[in-house]
Amino acid sequence: MTPRRPERSEAKSRDLFVHRQKMGPSAALGATVGRRSFLAGAITVVPFAAHATPDALAAAVKEVTGGSPVHEGKVKLDIPPLVENGNAVPLTVKVDSPMTPDDHVKAIHVFNEKNPQPHVFNAWLSPANGRALVSTRIKLADSQKVVAIAETSTGEFWSAHTDVIVTIAACVEDVT
Amino acid sequence: MRGLPSAAMLLAVFTGSLALAQGDGRRSGYQDMGPALQKMQDDDTANPAMLFVQAGETLWNEKAGTAGKSCADCHNDAIVSMKGVAARYPAVAGETGKPVDLEGRINLCRATYQQAPALAPESDDLLALSTYVALQSRGQPVAPPNDLQLAALRAKGAGIYRQRQGQLNLSCANCHDDNPEKKLAGATIPQGHPTGYPIYRLEWQTLGSLKRRLRNCVVGLRAEPWPYDADEYLALESYLMERARGMAMDAPAVRP
Amino acid sequence: MANVLVSAPKTAKKGQVVEIKALIMHVMETGFRPGTNGRIIPRNIIQDFSATWNGREIFRMKMSPAIAANPFVSFSAVASESGTIAFRWSGDEGFLAEHQVAITVT
Repeated sequence: MTPRRPERSEAKSRDLFVHRQKMGPSAALGATVGRRSFLAGAITVVPFAAHATPDALAAAVKEVTGGSPVHEGKVKLDIPPLVENGNAVPLTVKVDSPMTPDDHVKAIHVFNEKNPQPHVFNAWLSPANGRALVSTRIKLADSQKVVAIAETSTGEFWSAHTDVIVTIAACVEDVT
Repeated sequence: MRGLPSAAMLLAVFTGSLALAQGDGRRSGYQDMGPALQKMQDDDTANPAMLFVQAGETLWNEKAGTAGKSCADCHNDAIVSMKGVAARYPAVAGETGKPVDLEGRINLCRATYQQAPALAPESDDLLALSTYVALQSRGQPVAPPNDLQLAALRAKGAGIYRQRQGQLNLSCANCHDDNPEKKLAGATIPQGHPTGYPIYRLEWQTLGSLKRRLRNCVVGLRAEPWPYDADEYLALESYLMERARGMAMDAPAVRP
Repeated sequence: MANVLVSAPKTAKKGQVVEIKALIMHVMETGFRPGTNGRIIPRNIIQDFSATWNGREIFRMKMSPAIAANPFVSFSAVASESGTIAFRWSGDEGFLAEHQVAITVT
């Protein structure tokens, strides 16, 4: 047991409030975890089942492109580089396209690298949209790469990707 | 949607908070968020808390209880009658002579005037009503009433605020007074002002009350949270509102 | 009736590109989270969202468990003619929600 300190409001707490490297997953349910690792924020409820991996991401992309080449460009992926909470990350995908019947974005596909599954969303568009633009809010389980691929009416695939750092709430709420 | 302030008022809230922060060093949790989350809060067509406001507006106008009365039957248009109300709670209820927070006040009204059963703590309906009412204080300065009973409650709250507790043996003051703006495991420690409550907290993936957030903190310290009807929450809420006196309300807020 | 908040202009000029936003209350349970008893909470998400303008599809989205709770979507549309913009959400456990707004195009 830590000895009790004198109750002075100006007493500085120990130097525990420094930024720490994110530790590996720790059992959030029922395990005995030391005080330091709580403060280090290692409260990630990471499922013990499969994670998406870079291979799963590549496979998911291939499912959409059918193996056609994907060019980097034309797509702008707007997502905060540092996220305060992975539960709702605002994301906007914009594609540079005239959106005419002859040349428009048919679909936008977004994928992730480290969530339990690699898909984020698929959106289908047409010249009726006027602009190739989709905004939504997504969940990111960990710091990872997010990839957006635009499929055009001329059969081309354009993409953009961003690396996002996801931080989490420091204190767990025991939902019982 | 009715009950929504104009864009001008939204701008006033933001600049008001900014001015206050630069003036006396107090910062709202809004200022500790990145621009993307600030934008989420500011946009009434995108703020998820507005779903609760919408539900609250419906409930405000719905007849309830054996008395078959709605809130509107007594209070008419919330935009007028509820302006500044949330900024003045916790307050002493005339009917009981005891202090209540906003959720307690709503349940008191239900029991006394609508003859309706109390809404459960953190229930969707109670949160919807308190969010709808809190919205009507947007931009208003936090203005806890001057009352001897409340002063005693605030003193109790101040004591709890500085009391170390839990396995981690930390007090609220250790984080929120001694180390604000620093990081706790990657998350920015706010000063802990309740100007945005009820908040849509991304961590909860839903909207919740100040009481829920306080319980969350206490559990985070690995201390036993007090029961829902405990005096401690009222004392802490009263103290926190006094600590935030004069700051602009920005409910319903988005917070990480 | 699901709790829905849609934002679209009430009037627009023909050919103008308008911004449409749709927010709906839904838990979007991923199917990957363990509950308090350690067992995985079953998936419960909205899977499909679509919008039509006078019956013609203007936007469709397939959502995965990676879409945040209380899903928010924003897209644009060319104001073609006066009428109704209709929204439809469907998903797990037979979830179905529909909403309409009127728009006048001059």
